[in-house]
Amino acid sequence: MSLKQVHSEQPKEFKFSNENLIKAEEILKRYPEKNRKSAVMPFLYLAQRQNNNWIPLAALKYIAKYLSMPYISVYEIATFYTMYNLAPVGKHFVQVCTTTPCLIRGADKIVKLCKEKISPNENKLSKDGICSWMEVECLGACVSAPMIQINDDYYEDLDEKSTIEILDSLIKDKPLKPGSYRGRKNTAPEKKQLKNGENYA
Amino acid sequence: MLKPEDKIFTNLYNELGWEIDNSIKRNDWKETKNIISKGREWIINEVKTSELRGRGGAGFSTGLKWSFAPKEVGSRPHYLVINADESEPGTCKDRDILRFEPQKLIEGCFIAGYAVNAHICYIYIRGEYLNEGKRLQEAINQAYKKNFLGKNACGSGWDFDIHIHYGAGAYICGEETALLESMEGNKGQPRLKPPFPALVGLYGCPTIVNNVETIAVVPTILRRGGKWFASIGKPKNTGTKIFCISGNVNSPCNVEEEMGISLKELIEKYAGGVVGGWENLQAVIPGGSSMPLLSKKICDKITMDFDSLIENKSGLGTAGIVVINKDQDIVSCMARIARFYKHESCGQCTPCREGSGWMWRILDRVAKRKATFRDIDLLSDVTKQIEGHTICAFGEGSAWPVQGLLRHFRKEIESRCREEPLIKKKIDNPYLVDQHLLENKNA
Repeated sequence: MSLKQVHSEQPKEFKFSNENLIKAEEILKRYPEKNRKSAVMPFLYLAQRQNNNWIPLAALKYIAKYLSMPYISVYEIATFYTMYNLAPVGKHFVQVCTTTPCLIRGADKIVKLCKEKISPNENKLSKDGICSWMEVECLGACVSAPMIQINDDYYEDLDEKSTIEILDSLIKDKPLKPGSYRGRKNTAPEKKQLKNGENYA
Repeated sequence: MLKPEDKIFTNLYNELGWEIDNSIKRNDWKETKNIISKGREWIINEVKTSELRGRGGAGFSTGLKWSFAPKEVGSRPHYLVINADESEPGTCKDRDILRFEPQKLIEGCFIAGYAVNAHICYIYIRGEYLNEGKRLQEAINQAYKKNFLGKNACGSGWDFDIHIHYGAGAYICGEETALLESMEGNKGQPRLKPPFPALVGLYGCPTIVNNVETIAVVPTILRRGGKWFASIGKPKNTGTKIFCISGNVNSPCNVEEEMGISLKELIEKYAGGVVGGWENLQAVIPGGSSMPLLSKKICDKITMDFDSLIENKSGLGTAGIVVINKDQDIVSCMARIARFYKHESCGQCTPCREGSGWMWRILDRVAKRKATFRDIDLLSDVTKQIEGHTICAFGEGSAWPVQGLLRHFRKEIESRCREEPLIKKKIDNPYLVDQHLLENKNA
């Protein structure tokens, strides 16, 4: 179970935009009519995207009403799943995988760099307010360890040097391309092998 | 050693293109109508002949699972649900299937859906795999365009639709009943079994839940015959498997090989060997983080299949191999895994919710050399109290790795412990209080 803090300043109202209303109706068609509740997770994603990557309480109330669910059930779901942000995150939201496969390839060094470059604490915005970072559990790209996720994209096969590059341009609001940073093709074995791990992060 | 012509996932690294036209060239969707016309019985029997075992971790016979679905559709519709909530540390095989071999999965869904009388299939993808999900949706759209899906799919007379449902970062939703709860719009907390999902599953209807890799190999099995699949690997551990080799190896990679290949061969041949040489190997986690680790002595001669790993008190799980060499602190590595389970416990059963925290805190103390000898017995006791006392297998998944550590590295742990606590605490907080919260001042 994750620890989540609900943001102290909340907007009073929330409504789906017209575009999202159309999307919402399309989502509802995927599930049987009497099981509208199933749409709660996709709806929370819609709300999160519409509201700068975080969900205000007003949106939970709005979704509860939309799907005829008790407000507390929606609240429970929003707090149970880690990917729903209940407080603002940076425009560039960096998630560092630190579970064992990444850890043994140097994820702790990436965490250190995030502390230096973005902010000393997790989930706190950087000085200019456009970046934030947090540690997360396994992101499912273990053979490309260590790796980070920035918004929706995976940055893989990192080391200290490439992480500095990525974070430096991120702070300048110019995100680099996602993918492997050791020039490898997807998850294939590499022909050019590292010498005793000297290229690790 | 797998022959190149026996490879099922020929586009695992996207060298040939994932689009539908390219995958048709690789024999996807070939004679699908023919396969369907042979009937349900034939399909299920052929899968039984192949001795395919589920690739999601438990290794249950797939043909048998399908045969549990009611033969006739009653008042409730049947559903097929694909588990693509791949969150087990060390595992990233389904991601490559979603990205590069989506048509194999889609065709498998159609055939499996027909075999278990389902018109609707949901694919539950973990929320972090947003790009992979988009890719899969594109592939599904391409299949619709070719009339492989939808009304009268593939000209077989069977209507079939596929929908994607995203998770949102909960490891527990990889457990089949938790996944169904999550799909129904609840917290992902597992249900008591029985009743099994095959009879009472999604929305209370008969539901078959299968892993991505299991379903993706089905079309090839049916085209080439169950006997062909059964001829690869070892008896009762048949076929090919995607192994994910990560950790302290020179070239971490995903690779498809036959079941029963030796671990040493996998690591040396595909992953470029252990960093610092084979002698520098400390331990290997053979099947994703919830399987107990193996010491080097066992690694020297172990083969990678369900049964020989069970003999060595571990398991194949998802075949996510995490290699740990002697440069790493094994206790810290396992303490981090314990922290993972502490974070991901759904909180439904007390032994798991509280016990996962206990295990993490004790291991953390051992790693920091602040533990006492009494702690070791306490740790061992806690793992025994969790194991078998929870609704789902998460309890075992969190307790087994710690038991594995105690089994193989007890001396290492003992060398870090003392008789008396190093620092005598002034405040004696009862264990009921979640101590890490106190430390972080988050309480």
